[in-house]
Amino acid sequence: MGRDFDTVVLGGGMMGAAIGYGLARLGQRCAILDEGDTAFRASRGNFALVWVQSKGLGLPAYSDWTRRSAALWPGFAAALREETGVDCGLSQPGGFTLLLSEAEAARRVDLMTRLQAQPGFNPFPWEIWDRARLRQVFPGIGPEVIGACHTPLDGHVNALRGFRALHTAFAQRGGAYRPEHPVERLEALPGGGFRIATPHGAFSAGRVVLAAGNANARLAPMLGLRAPVRPQRGQVLVTEKAAPFLTHPVVNLRQTDEGGIMIGDSAEEAGFDTGQGLGVMALMARRAARMFPDLARLNIVRAWSALRVMTPDGFPIYEESDSAPGAFLCNCHSGVTLAAAHALALAPMLAEGRLEAATLGPFTARRFDVPATA
Amino acid sequence: MFQRLPEARRPALPFLLDGAPAEGREGDSVAAALLALGQDACRESAVSGQPRGGYCMMGVCFDCLVVIDGIGNRQACLTPLRAGMVVETQRGRREPAR
Repeated sequence: MGRDFDTVVLGGGMMGAAIGYGLARLGQRCAILDEGDTAFRASRGNFALVWVQSKGLGLPAYSDWTRRSAALWPGFAAALREETGVDCGLSQPGGFTLLLSEAEAARRVDLMTRLQAQPGFNPFPWEIWDRARLRQVFPGIGPEVIGACHTPLDGHVNALRGFRALHTAFAQRGGAYRPEHPVERLEALPGGGFRIATPHGAFSAGRVVLAAGNANARLAPMLGLRAPVRPQRGQVLVTEKAAPFLTHPVVNLRQTDEGGIMIGDSAEEAGFDTGQGLGVMALMARRAARMFPDLARLNIVRAWSALRVMTPDGFPIYEESDSAPGAFLCNCHSGVTLAAAHALALAPMLAEGRLEAATLGPFTARRFDVPATA
Repeated sequence: MFQRLPEARRPALPFLLDGAPAEGREGDSVAAALLALGQDACRESAVSGQPRGGYCMMGVCFDCLVVIDGIGNRQACLTPLRAGMVVETQRGRREPAR
């Protein structure tokens, strides 16, 4: 019984493209089915940090997975550059969370202490830097900045170029990318394998990976899975291109390799509304200018919003269907940070048809089924 | 490449272009004055360093960026020329503090 593909990945965003590329690297015949340009496209609107610092409070395994991906990123970026000639501008010089008051500093220390004190948490280096030390890295900080929280593990990329490199590498390795192919129906076939119906015809595959972001909520139940994800809006501002003056990423602002300064740390519950508002934009811009007063002189040239793919506890979901083995559910909101792990660690598991319990066991959506205690 | 229409005999406006005296006409945008002077390129690209000049002349393409009175990345096509303006080539990216 000839199947069209070994694996069909639903969703061509950062996660689907990384998984598809990882599978194509292993010689799989793989297709990515994507929606069109009217899709929500979190992968086009993200903030492009490769970020470790504050992740994993409540689920130490998430910190491990995140750090594994951050560690895989240099080799991942080098492979993409070699295969496609596209440099995704990876820089991992360490990152900062700037602190604008003693109260903010106390909250930060409390968060980092609780994070690292969790049972089973593998500690990583972090430090609070005082203002004098911080000024050696950022001479342009404003008078309100009292210091920063630093880890040497954080970094950032040019996510749009990285995204393009992923798709190019996927195609070069024989992967089939099909835009305008929203999935209408998913069916597990009696003898194994899947039938995937789209308005442009049906495909058969040995395995299917649901990496469709917020659309997973609709798709998952077709294969006995549950994806309790919701959109969470983030707004981003970008300034005109400026000469290099931020050598390190800050959690809410970073200078891209091309010179623009991206500002964005908002989170709003607004359903699928991708609107923007001056209120949030002004708040973000004002905070950025308190951190680096020179920013106030730069022009904002573009602003946009994008929808994160958020689970109830903020951690990813990786799960194989019990009722339809060979169907895998994958959801996360940090598709850039986790891209290297998705391509180089998750894809090999998917090619084997088994998620490593030691690594990804904690990420099943079954964790949401625990009844609330009285 | 560009020539002024004969009927456009408006009063002259002196300004400085990269330190040298230059002249435009009342009613010119900075970009129009530069093109009338034969200054087709007014900046060097922030990404590649290639010479660039005004293209759309209506505020969209951001290719006519110049330094005006010490402030970088000004859109020359959206800035009316005034007597005594100091206009400089935008070389690469703008210094944030400038």
